[in-house]
Amino acid sequence: MTELFVLAEHRQGEIRDVTFELLTKGKELAKKTSTDLTAIVLGHNAGNHAKRLADHAKRVLVIEDPRLENFNSEAYQMVLSQLISQRKPSLTLMGHTAFGVDLAPSLATELNLPLATDCVDLDFEGETLTVIRQVYGGKVNVKARVRKSEGYIVTIRPATFETEEGTPLGGKIVTIESPLSEDIEYKRFIEYVQPPAGEVDITAADSLIGIGRGIKDADNMPMMEELAATLGGVLVCSRPIVDKEWLPADRQVGTSGKTVKPKLYIAVGISGAFQHLTGMKNSDLIIAINKDPKAPIFRVADYGVVEDLFKIVPSLKSKISEAREAHT
Amino acid sequence: MEIIVCIKHVPETAEADITIDESGKRIEVEDLVFDINEWDDYALEEAVQLKEKLGGSVTAMTVGSEEGDSTLRKCLARGADRAIRLTDKAFEGSDGYATAKILHRAIKELPYDLILTGAQAGDDGYAQVGVTLAELLGVPHATMVKKVEFSGDQARVNRELEGGLEAVIEMKLPALITIQTGINEPRYVSIMGIRKAKSKEIKVLGLKELGLKEDEVGKAGSWMTVERMFVPPVEKEVEILEGTSDEVTTKITDILRAKGLI
Repeated sequence: MTELFVLAEHRQGEIRDVTFELLTKGKELAKKTSTDLTAIVLGHNAGNHAKRLADHAKRVLVIEDPRLENFNSEAYQMVLSQLISQRKPSLTLMGHTAFGVDLAPSLATELNLPLATDCVDLDFEGETLTVIRQVYGGKVNVKARVRKSEGYIVTIRPATFETEEGTPLGGKIVTIESPLSEDIEYKRFIEYVQPPAGEVDITAADSLIGIGRGIKDADNMPMMEELAATLGGVLVCSRPIVDKEWLPADRQVGTSGKTVKPKLYIAVGISGAFQHLTGMKNSDLIIAINKDPKAPIFRVADYGVVEDLFKIVPSLKSKISEAREAHT
Repeated sequence: MEIIVCIKHVPETAEADITIDESGKRIEVEDLVFDINEWDDYALEEAVQLKEKLGGSVTAMTVGSEEGDSTLRKCLARGADRAIRLTDKAFEGSDGYATAKILHRAIKELPYDLILTGAQAGDDGYAQVGVTLAELLGVPHATMVKKVEFSGDQARVNRELEGGLEAVIEMKLPALITIQTGINEPRYVSIMGIRKAKSKEIKVLGLKELGLKEDEVGKAGSWMTVERMFVPPVEKEVEILEGTSDEVTTKITDILRAKGLI
């Protein structure tokens, strides 16, 4: 029977969440297309990973090799191109993550299999594959048709599909001998570098004021610091603020920063790239202030204010200040 | 060090009002301001800084129409030595894969030690062209890079992973690196620089010069065909607070008080 591959992603001994999201979607697609769901794991001492994956797939293929312990696209591509050429899965899914982004395009190009990246949905319509992708920073969705092929590779945006635990599938674990015969020639994994711990643990704060590109100028930072202080909250941000070094990296909320779930998140001048939304959309209460009514941040917010933030922030600061004084 | 930087001329959409046009397959771009793709801006700066440190030259290259010249001139003004625009009617409608094929044909004829691209583009967001290009050229690659160093024929880079973690990777040169934002501080262009850049040549190459066939590029040579565009669905129904600034902030304060947050 034809297979549908889900490539497991692991780092520092942990399987990444995106793997189970992909297996959940993969199960649905495999059922629809009458294919077998096969999880693929490349690693070293990957037995425990394989056992966990077996709950979510019909079959788990394990490729064991010390050179596969830490991700190296060169080694991974060598193994996967052989595996895909031999077994010809109808579809190979992986995360649109630092892992998938580094691996999928070169693998697809080598195999001459069509690739669709950063998809938020996919489906087989008859024999063709269609995907949904977000473009223009999440302001527009595109439905695209992928060129007909005997196999496809698709990278899926993390946190798009929810993991369903379901009944364990008791998949069969099959260990395949590593095809890596020679040394990896061009590329070497050296080490991981941990981010330095910040002064404040933003994941522990009850109230967060998140700021983004709309702040425009470093001169406007004190105003935002004051708003956060008045509220008794912590100032956090989306990526552009860290890129400009207006706040340290440990204040960044999102995929490459921290995931937060405070009681209150006020997003000021943040349009809401998915990388940011992923990190804050599960906050209890979200209030967004942005002058663009179509900003993606409004799609996850409870309350929205469509207005120039510079008109709102000073007034909001004094109102909160009054309310707190009245309270005490 | 000979460096090639691939850049894209894109509409600025982060703070712009976007509308889907009548075809339903594109957005209206008439009122949008075009500029260098944000990630490419950092890639260009990195290339110029490396040249200043190590010597050599920087070539900026783009695929697209003549309108991209303003972005190429900006690159020249910011320190690129040469600019090449790959333009042909047949290139229109190219996806990430077809774009990589076009770049490949142009780059394989040039000397290079390093190719830099942005980690992704702000319009299509494929995050695909750089790595596809590396594979076509047969050189190693590293994506989402936040630090680049060299020793001998090796590049040592820090890749940005999730949650602030970084992975240090070593690669043999020549190599392709896709650059993440925040790696440096892109410089402003001096008036002198812009003046000089206006007289510099922009080399233009098309389908024939690159030895490409029509069915290798454009829609025919692409993996993806856009069927339609639409506004993304909401995850939560937002309540928009209306009124004057004063009324709106009173409403917010009332909500916070009701929830016990102040």
